[in-house]
Amino acid sequence: MARARIHKRTISDQQRRRDLALERQKECRRDLQQHARQLASSIADHHHPHYNLSNPDFQGLTDGSNEELSYGDEEESSSSSGHSEGVLGLLEGTRLRGSEAKAWYAQQFMLPEWMIDIPSHLKRDWYVMARPAGKRCLVISSSGTTFSRTRNGKLLHCFPSALPNGAKIRDVAAPSHVFCILDCIFHEPDSTYYILDVMCWRGYSLYDCSTEFRFFWRDSKLSEEKVFVPPSTYHRYRFCLVSVNECNEAGLQAAYCGPTSFQRDGVLLYNRHAHYVLGITPLALLWKDADCSQFPLDTDSKGHVPAHQQVVLRLQSDGTVVTGDDRPVVLGIMPEQFLSQSARYLKPGSLLRFDIGDQGLCIVDGKPVTADIHYQGPANRSRASADSCTKILFQYASRHSPLTIMDLLAAIETLDDDSDSLMIDTDDGSLEQRSS
Amino acid sequence: MALEVTQVLLNAQSADGAVRKLAEENLRQFQEQNVAAFLLSLSHELGNNEKPAESRKLAGLILKNSLDAKEVQRKGELAQQWLALDPAVKGQIKASLLQTLSSAAPEAHQTSAQVIAKIAAVELPQGEWPDLVVSLLKNMAEQPISHLKQATLETLGYVCEEVSADVLAQEQVNSILTAVVQGMNATETSNDVRLAATRALYNALDFAQTNFENDMERDYIMRVICEATLSADVRVRQAAFECLVSISSTYYEKLAPYMQDIFAITSKAVKEDEEPVSLQAMEFWSSICDEEIEIQEEYGGDFSGDSEVPYFRFIKQALPALVPMLLGTLTKQEEDQDQDEEVWNLAMAGGTCLGLVARNVGDDIVPLVMPYVEENISKLDWRSREAATYAFGSILEGPSLEKLTPLVNVALNFMLNAMKDENNHVKDTTAWTLGRIFEFLHGPSVDAPVITQANLPLILTVLLGSIKDEPNVAEKVCGAIYFLAQGYEGTGGLSSPLSPFFQNIVQALLATADREEAGDSRLRTSAYETLNEVVRCSTEDTAPVVMQLVPVILQKLNLTLEMQILSSEDKEKQSELQALLCGVLQVMIQKLGANEATKYGIVQYADQMMGLFLRVFACRSATVHEEAMLAIGALAYATGVEFGKYMQEFYRYLEMGLQNFEEYQVCAVTVGVVGDICRALDDKVLPFCDGIMTQLLKDLSSNQLHRSVKPPIFSCFGDIALAIEEHFEKYLMYAMPMLQGAAELAAQQANRDDEMIDYSNQLRNGIFEAYSGIFQGFKKSKAELMIPYAAHILQFIENVYQDKDRDDLVTKAAIGVLGDLADTLGTNAAPLFLQFVFYKDFLDECLSSDDQQLKETAEWAQIMVNRIA
Repeated sequence: MARARIHKRTISDQQRRRDLALERQKECRRDLQQHARQLASSIADHHHPHYNLSNPDFQGLTDGSNEELSYGDEEESSSSSGHSEGVLGLLEGTRLRGSEAKAWYAQQFMLPEWMIDIPSHLKRDWYVMARPAGKRCLVISSSGTTFSRTRNGKLLHCFPSALPNGAKIRDVAAPSHVFCILDCIFHEPDSTYYILDVMCWRGYSLYDCSTEFRFFWRDSKLSEEKVFVPPSTYHRYRFCLVSVNECNEAGLQAAYCGPTSFQRDGVLLYNRHAHYVLGITPLALLWKDADCSQFPLDTDSKGHVPAHQQVVLRLQSDGTVVTGDDRPVVLGIMPEQFLSQSARYLKPGSLLRFDIGDQGLCIVDGKPVTADIHYQGPANRSRASADSCTKILFQYASRHSPLTIMDLLAAIETLDDDSDSLMIDTDDGSLEQRSS
Repeated sequence: MALEVTQVLLNAQSADGAVRKLAEENLRQFQEQNVAAFLLSLSHELGNNEKPAESRKLAGLILKNSLDAKEVQRKGELAQQWLALDPAVKGQIKASLLQTLSSAAPEAHQTSAQVIAKIAAVELPQGEWPDLVVSLLKNMAEQPISHLKQATLETLGYVCEEVSADVLAQEQVNSILTAVVQGMNATETSNDVRLAATRALYNALDFAQTNFENDMERDYIMRVICEATLSADVRVRQAAFECLVSISSTYYEKLAPYMQDIFAITSKAVKEDEEPVSLQAMEFWSSICDEEIEIQEEYGGDFSGDSEVPYFRFIKQALPALVPMLLGTLTKQEEDQDQDEEVWNLAMAGGTCLGLVARNVGDDIVPLVMPYVEENISKLDWRSREAATYAFGSILEGPSLEKLTPLVNVALNFMLNAMKDENNHVKDTTAWTLGRIFEFLHGPSVDAPVITQANLPLILTVLLGSIKDEPNVAEKVCGAIYFLAQGYEGTGGLSSPLSPFFQNIVQALLATADREEAGDSRLRTSAYETLNEVVRCSTEDTAPVVMQLVPVILQKLNLTLEMQILSSEDKEKQSELQALLCGVLQVMIQKLGANEATKYGIVQYADQMMGLFLRVFACRSATVHEEAMLAIGALAYATGVEFGKYMQEFYRYLEMGLQNFEEYQVCAVTVGVVGDICRALDDKVLPFCDGIMTQLLKDLSSNQLHRSVKPPIFSCFGDIALAIEEHFEKYLMYAMPMLQGAAELAAQQANRDDEMIDYSNQLRNGIFEAYSGIFQGFKKSKAELMIPYAAHILQFIENVYQDKDRDDLVTKAAIGVLGDLADTLGTNAAPLFLQFVFYKDFLDECLSSDDQQLKETAEWAQIMVNRIA
């Protein structure tokens, strides 16, 4: 009859476990829905007051920060946490939100894998283009301004442009929902944004459209907007499309060595059917050799190619060192004694630099299983993440038995699409290329 | 036939199983052949004074069970069966039952009273049996024999308990109350009659709204109750105090004039009466505390006088007298009370009430209790020490931190020392008090924490020492560790002040769970649940220890599979232990799986884990293990698409879980796991979707399934659609009518109470999540499938928009669907947006919201709509 009363209430955890599970499920559902809606594409652009990029103070600060930006290649400037102190110092006033914005932008790129084997149906399913040397960045136009953010989320430029809603021009007031997001490479020598891809156009999302459709859109819609006019007061930087080719012999040749207005740094391949997915994807590939890139092999800080291949790996709490992939691959383990001696700076999560020794890599199923790695020291502090598996393999192959342009051409010429080219590992662990 | 029935009924109670079984079979056959004759003969058996009491009682019980059942669907069927009977038969049965009330055999008239009430519960709402109350009251009017009076009052009480207040006319209520109050009157000479009347009043109180509005009637009722608390019969006194307890919550606003008297009689009862009575007298004050705490929470301390419910501050006014009365009960402990979880006595009730008073009045309690604590806490008599500790522990929730912190800073060392007390009860209560200190005075939101870098090592030394004490003490120590860990939750990723002790804590908890005697009490449960909290609140630096724990727990789970199962008790023990271990695994999976750097600590054991979970499932035949299910959901989340390889084997348990109507929690948990699996597998879940959707649709159509599971099922539709995209097409023709029907149901609810509003919001949220998933799933290639439903969905959104009771979650979900609809249907939806212009106001409302998430969703929706409208 009376309410149940409890003497010296003790804990009860089961309902809590249920509630937490439910909470997790709700969060996952919400994340997925938000992503499906590409809510993200509109969050940052026009509604956070601190993104009011027309604010001259803010602009001044960001201009100052440009020097700090790294010029790394695809992998080097990977992900989010590359907070170099100088930039943060300059941006102190907006630090918290600013760094959140950085982290967010850093995750908005589709990142190509390095090509370590040749995908099947190269000719049928792939596009190819030359990759301009420079800084990969997102270019966003909205609320009468345009800004660009590099791979690690840092602001590169904030400027007026002829992109829809990309400049404040009195006569042409665009509604606030008009905004664009482009995937570009900024090419320093001619101060030009080379457009690789289009993810949002006038508020219309193309994230879940196939590459084929996005490229069609890129090549047709952009010219309607006078985006490619020469620079002027209201259009500070020049924009250019990078030519996309079918991946046939002529297309590959053009991407590989055809004339371009920019300095080339490798070749990009895009699968025709792929959506613009965030993060590293095997449906976009990067390939390079000495003929189409100044830096086919990694260089050290002085620009020299070191005698041994260098890799950067992440130290985990159990002493193993792993690659930077979503599913990290363990390449070795640090001796316990050494770790405890250096516990002060060798914390779990630290990035460490290794040489690959003479024993090389042992590769099974396209993944390195063991590696003859030698600890060199902590990685450069500007590094944000460890090397990915495909990068390590590509660099390794480049030093031992690279995938050559001839292999690519041969794959295209092979009409019989079923006989894919194979990578197999041999007993001594080195790579051997066999094209059938 | 009648003779035969008697024998069969007696046989049905035979000690000989074979005889019993045969008799039960006979009864079932009889019932199936002719229900009307069966019920009639039972009523005659019950009414026949020549028959043995045993067969009469059983006849009445079978009759009662033919009218009512616990389970909702069965209950409805039985009511229909009764209503469909021939009116003549029903008339005969009812007449016979009323007649039986005058039977001298208590078994007969008591059972008859219950059956009458069950029939009333079926018939009165239908407007049938209008003369029931009149016929009953006739029994009271003439000078009846006292057991008829008693039986009639019991019947009136049961009827009031069974039917809801709006079924009886005020006139009927008046005459029932008159009869009941007369029966309670001090002039009534039979204690049995007085007791029946007092218990009847308890049930009738809910009907007495109007009578309580009238000062004279209310005064009279209250006077009679107060007099009954002085009855010579302990049962009457207890029942009278139960009436006061009920009145304290139902008629709080009417109590002011009586409080002085009630204080006098309750404190006398607390001090002098027998325990069943004094417990109820104490409960009156606990109940007043509950009411006032609720009022405080509702109005947030802002009593401007125009609030609906008055706030009299009864507790605050009574404080100077009330607190000494409560403190006086604390030394009335029983020996060994802490060994038995079922015990409830005056000392416990007093301490519990003191805790409620502290929450009610806050700082004011402190000066009234602390002198008692200081005076008694060092006395030689253990009762004094325990009572003082209990008093101190009880007032730790309520008063301000400013008031408590200096006291606790002084007391903490004393308490740590007291863990070495020679008396078990003192240690038990001391450990509990430490837990309360950690719960209320320690944590990220506390400015001046009582736990510091300096005293933490000592605290842990004491706790980890005392966890080896007697099981009851050890259990309280676990509680203290639980709250100690909880206080460090969210202190941030890298390290916690608890980290240096983490390994020792984990080892101590494991050792505690392994203690021989841990299974006899809640100790093992507390040890594992504390382990859960310790793991949840752990930081990156201790992740390696958590990873090492995984194989340890897996090994323990493996051992449960090899337990020797000889009895149902063994089975239950096995199942309980599996639940605890699966719980720990679930927490670890979630903890390690949430971080990329530690995820492999789980993923590497995924095969082994899943294998064990499947074997745990196989331990039961009909039901699935809820905890294992929860753990599997977490595992799917951690492993992602790799989970696909387990689906073939796991699927049948998934289905079993979805079919578990009785344990609806299990069903709900399984629905959640379906969502996890959809997100993990994406389109790879497709081969299992036919089965899953079939089961979910069945669940939705079932009257048996608890309604709280239905909103998550709708959300789950969305999860499935989002995962399998265009393949959801084949389910659309089944899912859409369900969604539309539920949408109408949610819109129709009239005269809604808070609970109903809450449910309606959950339902709508589920419906919207389903629509979102379906729209998004069809966006790429099957958008046109949704065109026929678009107008209905917009109408639904408009209804929700117009509803003032919608909560924030629903609003967010609704505006999201508005955007999804525009996004997916594109220009196809343009004409509809001309028709449903409300969307502009709705968007404006959401765009100006302070809720950032809502605002962002609305901004996105606006972009989508503006593209086409």
